[in-house]
Amino acid sequence: MGFRMDVERFDELLTELQKNYRIYAPVLLKGKGRYSETDTIRYAEINSIKDVVFDKKSVFSPKEVILPITQTLFYFTEDNVIEPKVDEKNILIFLRSCDIHAVKRLDEIYLRNRFADSYYAALRTKVKFVLMECEKSFENCFCVSMGSNRTDEYDLFVRLEDGKVYVESKNETFDGLFKDEENAEVSPKFVLENETVVKIPENLDQRVFKSKMWDEYDERCIACGRCNFVCGTCACFTMQDIFYKDNPNAGERRRVWASCMVDGFTDMAGGHSFRKKYGERMRFKVMHKVYDFNKRFGYHMCVGCGRCDDICPEYISFANAVNKLNDAMKEVE
Amino acid sequence: MLDINTKQLKKNAFRITKERGKTAVRIRVPGGNMHVKFFSVIQEIAEKYGNGTVHITTRQGFEIPGIDMKNMPDINKMLQPIIDGLEINQEAPGCGYPASGTRNISACVGNAYCPYGNYNTGELAKKIEKAVFPHDRHVKIAVTGCPNDCIKARMQDFGIIGMTEPQYDPYRCVGCQACVKNCKKRATGALKFENFKVVRDHSKCIGCGECVIKCPTGAWTRSEEKYYKLVIMGRTGKKNPRIAQDFIKWADEESVIKIILNTYEYIEEYIDKEAYQGKEHIGYIVDRTGYQEFKKWALKDVNLGPKAEVAQTINW
Ligand code: SF4
Ligand code: SF4
Ligand code: SF4
Ligand code: SF4
Ligand code: SF4
Repeated sequence: MGFRMDVERFDELLTELQKNYRIYAPVLLKGKGRYSETDTIRYAEINSIKDVVFDKKSVFSPKEVILPITQTLFYFTEDNVIEPKVDEKNILIFLRSCDIHAVKRLDEIYLRNRFADSYYAALRTKVKFVLMECEKSFENCFCVSMGSNRTDEYDLFVRLEDGKVYVESKNETFDGLFKDEENAEVSPKFVLENETVVKIPENLDQRVFKSKMWDEYDERCIACGRCNFVCGTCACFTMQDIFYKDNPNAGERRRVWASCMVDGFTDMAGGHSFRKKYGERMRFKVMHKVYDFNKRFGYHMCVGCGRCDDICPEYISFANAVNKLNDAMKEVE
Repeated sequence: MLDINTKQLKKNAFRITKERGKTAVRIRVPGGNMHVKFFSVIQEIAEKYGNGTVHITTRQGFEIPGIDMKNMPDINKMLQPIIDGLEINQEAPGCGYPASGTRNISACVGNAYCPYGNYNTGELAKKIEKAVFPHDRHVKIAVTGCPNDCIKARMQDFGIIGMTEPQYDPYRCVGCQACVKNCKKRATGALKFENFKVVRDHSKCIGCGECVIKCPTGAWTRSEEKYYKLVIMGRTGKKNPRIAQDFIKWADEESVIKIILNTYEYIEEYIDKEAYQGKEHIGYIVDRTGYQEFKKWALKDVNLGPKAEVAQTINW
């Protein structure tokens, strides 16, 4: 079902939705970029469709809405454990096709991997997707290579064009909300090609560990972890038990995002241990994204959003590292 | 026959040189950045009237040597597009620079493209230039984007160093300690890791903003307000050269400019009237009157913000 309405009308409906939903979208944070007088785009709650940044890629992925950076799992005292109250409201997330595919990967890891993670599940079950369209591929995207450029797994699709909002609803939950709006043909366009093309070798396997290709990253990578933190599919976390200063018998257990590239994250979920050389860490990351995950679940972890390439301060291209695997396999075969 | 008022010549930004009858003209470029179209003017002067060379000065201006003193009026006319283009305060068009005592306001590249820059140094340099020039009193001012001090602000009478007050969002912090380690190694060790989160010691923090640059999750961001550290009375030269010392930390831009303007009044009051050629550098005046008297004059009618910290005493 497709609808067409003014921005003002859409915002009224958004306000209506806010009674039951927290609505997250990529927004512009003025002056909050890394460098002086630079802005950044991150996920935050919105109150108007005008807050949504449609024409640029967000620096961080939407995963932080479902997988908070810092999450208190429970509070403890000497003889009591209390779980924090879960927000009653449901969640709507504005996100792109690749990001919807990325959430599927998180689901795989957190919900279908032996047993479901209840903290993840608690938030995840509340989530509905609002698809954002990519008019054209952004820099460093390789979603087409990874097959994440299209999706039909969304509840709403929203396009803002010339002061009008076009909505496609695929979820009957929203039928009532839009019933009085003007009908229109609305369906999303998807990106069909990217400048960056990635080819994963068919015969890829662990022999590639022995390749010389990893050595250059020993020198180039600074192990900052930015590539992990912006990635919508990196799912590792670390546990922190905090004992309060004024009452060391009480405290809380938190989990926070972790990174396989950063020093000292030894106890990550998944149990992979600390790799000393940066090239080895790079190898682990690349292989996890385009080999190990696939072996286990039958499709690749990386969705080709290109955020890792956007952010790397040392201009290391993950996409190019994947492409280098082709020569590396020839080298070790 | 040359009959030249050398005082006038110097005031007009020319200089007496080794070679009798020859002069050099100094072009001020506030902030050290200008459009390249002005190179053609410099080239034309150097080729037509000079010896075909130009000296790039330590204060980020240009000096064109080998000019016949009798050609000074022509040079002044030719300089007009540069003076206009760089919006230099002037008394009469076509007459060149109206003063040379207060030197060109130099600047590092700042946040125009340096990742460490905490503010737009070029803009502040121009603002200060507008406020203080022309003035005959010998005052050297430089602005630098961050405590790396690439412009060597600590060699000036007034050095302005950009600061930001890092803002911490504990929710976004993953405890990687990149900021803590880096602050210790490259700045002042103002950060501590306590109970899995980062604690900043404001008294140690120099506002360099490196923690913001290093943080992989954006837990650190810059303060909305821009802050400045004002360091004073650094100097080179024969008599007792020294590095400028911290006068005010976490100052605002308006106060910094007001303090510099106030200082000119202080100079008029205390300058040694007997000084050689009427020139006494500000640092030596402060040596004579003492820091407290300088401070009293400098801070007159200045409304420093709540974060500002003024040095109680300074020992250079
Ligand atoms: S590895 Fe890079 S391109 Fe792939 S999903 Fe993560 S951030 Fe996106
Ligand atoms: S690849 Fe780049 S972003 Fe990732 S850890 Fe290395 S330097 Fe940082
Ligand atoms: S002083 Fe700081 S801002 Fe200026 S150029 Fe040096 S590092 Fe960059
Ligand atoms: S660099 Fe950022 S994420 Fe790492 S400890 Fe510091 S504030 Fe936390
Ligand atoms: S601004 Fe500089 S000195 Fe202050 S905490 Fe950050 S890195 Fe350390």
